[in-house]
Amino acid sequence: MDKWMKFLEVNAPRILDLAIEHTILVGLAILVALIIGVPLGIYLTTNDYLAETVLQIASVMLTIPSIALFGVMIPVFSIVNQGIGFVPAFVALVLYSQLPIIRNTYTAIRNVNPEMRDAAKGLGMKTSQRLLRVEIPNAFPIIMAGIRTAVVLNIGIGVIAAYIGAGGLGVLITQGISRGDNYLIISGSIAVAILAMIADGILLFIQKRYTPKSIAN
Amino acid sequence: MITFDKTTKTYEGGVTAVDGVDFTVEKGNIVVLLGPSGCGKTTLLRMVNRLETISDGKITIDGEDSMSLDQIALRRKIGYVIQSNGLFPNMTIEENVMIVPDLLGWKKKEKRERFNKLMEMIGLSGEKFGKRYPHELSGGQQQRIGVIRALAADPPVMLMDEPFGALDPIIREKIQDEFLQIQREVKKTILFVSHDIDEAIKMADKIVLLRGGEVMQYDTPSEMLVRPKNEFVREFFGKDRAIKSLSLHTINDLQEVIGLANMDETISDTITINVNHDLRNTLSMLLNQEADQVIVIDDEGNKLGAITIDIVQKYLHFEIKAKPTLVQKG
Amino acid sequence: MNKKKVMSRVVSFLVYGIVAVFFIWAISNSYFNYIFSQSSTFLYLLKQHMQLVLVSSLLAVGVALPVGILVTRRSFRRAEWIVSNTVNLGQTIPSLAVLALMISILGIGFKTAVFALFIYSLLPMYRNTVAGIDSIDENLIDAARGMGMKPIQILFRIELPNASYSILAGIRTAVVLNIGTAALAYVVGGGGLGVWIFTGIQLFDNGYLISGAIPVTLLAIFVDYLLRLLERKIVPKGSKPPQET
Repeated sequence: MDKWMKFLEVNAPRILDLAIEHTILVGLAILVALIIGVPLGIYLTTNDYLAETVLQIASVMLTIPSIALFGVMIPVFSIVNQGIGFVPAFVALVLYSQLPIIRNTYTAIRNVNPEMRDAAKGLGMKTSQRLLRVEIPNAFPIIMAGIRTAVVLNIGIGVIAAYIGAGGLGVLITQGISRGDNYLIISGSIAVAILAMIADGILLFIQKRYTPKSIAN
Repeated sequence: MITFDKTTKTYEGGVTAVDGVDFTVEKGNIVVLLGPSGCGKTTLLRMVNRLETISDGKITIDGEDSMSLDQIALRRKIGYVIQSNGLFPNMTIEENVMIVPDLLGWKKKEKRERFNKLMEMIGLSGEKFGKRYPHELSGGQQQRIGVIRALAADPPVMLMDEPFGALDPIIREKIQDEFLQIQREVKKTILFVSHDIDEAIKMADKIVLLRGGEVMQYDTPSEMLVRPKNEFVREFFGKDRAIKSLSLHTINDLQEVIGLANMDETISDTITINVNHDLRNTLSMLLNQEADQVIVIDDEGNKLGAITIDIVQKYLHFEIKAKPTLVQKG
Repeated sequence: MNKKKVMSRVVSFLVYGIVAVFFIWAISNSYFNYIFSQSSTFLYLLKQHMQLVLVSSLLAVGVALPVGILVTRRSFRRAEWIVSNTVNLGQTIPSLAVLALMISILGIGFKTAVFALFIYSLLPMYRNTVAGIDSIDENLIDAARGMGMKPIQILFRIELPNASYSILAGIRTAVVLNIGTAALAYVVGGGGLGVWIFTGIQLFDNGYLISGAIPVTLLAIFVDYLLRLLERKIVPKGSKPPQET
């Protein structure tokens, strides 16, 4: 226990810095993924052919092992001199987030009760009004669940990004491995687990808070 | 024959679901367990095949104490039908129907023959439906499959837990009729749970009316309608029990007592009705159409006479006069 | 052909195009050369990779399925909460960390990697087994019991066939995930195709990167496809979820 206290005394600021770095990487990736994924998911509900194609591509994307995707991105991004560091990691995380976000948005909007949709039409709502006032609020919990999946997934994959120089909490683990230092490995792992739980908790809170009461559960 | 002898079910925590129930289901009879929800009817039914344990008293089946029998062997001798049909989605219709014979180790040929015979009973082609899966059938078809599945190994006793409860009224009535037809042939000893008074009156040789786990009255449907033993029974069957009792009588009964009216030949487009039709349906037909009369025909289509609202009313009065208990409450 | 169909075609051609361009670029830069010039090493690493995945996955199936079945028995219901939460918590620990932590327990080598991969595959398999069995309509079990089926018959004839879709999907998820995680086995000296990927990263050698990464990717996609085919064969026709035909 004493050893742990000493370890944390020395390393706490660094762990915090790395956690912030990790959060920024994952947060930015999710933000961009949302900007692409949610509108795309909504649009796909109007085009079944495209939906099938896009969902298939996204699901194949998710089967690609993360370290392999990083491995492919390094040479590709080397062309523009960004082979190592933030950019390949960021792009990989955006790609990985697409399936959960697109799929959940698409399914949620599609599953909105058709009678409700008809009622909205009958009341004379425009497509955009219907989307904002009826469809998205009702689809919200499922869309949020997709975002949560993507965030937790990305926090985990972000660890591996340390190997391609993108920083983050993975640095603690990779250093721990190369130095044979279990303190580094364990503190890094716990920090990642806590980060994942906090992020999931916050998103769950938002999901609960902004889900219309009548459709909770 | 099923005999309940002071049968009692007490749950952990002291709630008594079934309280000292005593009655006997005669061989070949349908006894309907009727009552409001929470009256213990389903619990009582499930105690027979020991899906619920018996806390006190006993249940004997054909003279044998159910507790003395092996649980699995006991259940295989008892057909069991539940409301949500309970068909196994992973099995074909044939596999579903033949599951108990299969458990009992019947030969392939025997099973095939039995399956085709059962399917014939419900008017479905074994050839056509055997290889299909439950979800490919309509709700009514699934429920009928559920019924013949229970009949598959020809068990002497059947337990039916609101078997037709999930069906829409028109299909429900058809299947009830079909089941009664089958019962006339197979003569099983049946315990049948229902919360539907009309269904109970129609299906039952005898009704057990339960409240809070106790038997309020055990009688034939007509006795129960005409001579309710207490206020609860009277209330339960309602003010319109006189009309309900009409469904126990056919036009034939009426004809024997007071005879039919003469046909009014000036009305050309009247509807005809079979002489075996029950009086309750006949009355609603009369009330729902503009003509004053409906022509009664026999099975061969011969016109026997006419029936009118007046005649039905007269018959009802005759019934009421003959059964003084009904007069008291009007 | 209407506009929507055209759009979907355009998107899929675009993706195929990108993939094709990538391969042409990689081949023209001879990034795949190591696969041929060091084919015996490549085959050795590939074999090692598949062994890692196969052994750890089989072990995980052997543990996760029985445990999942056990906690869904009536008498073990109470244990479900504890087991499920323990397993869930385990999954928030990053895969890399699971591998790394095993070093201090088991040292370095193939066994360590197998054990870590095994631990990491448990959750998807366990969770889907429990979810699959739990989602079976209580009435079916009631009907089966009422007909006089023994518990073991209910398990094998009703529960497992009807949960098979969910269980197999869990196994597929775990195995595909496992192929990726096995690429990290390098860090604990477990071998596999990850050796080339990490060598590539350390030496900035695109040849090693591509020759390691692309086969791992293809392996994952191929195995995913294969297991989907298997699912279609095994899952009884009547117990598939309605949206998939």
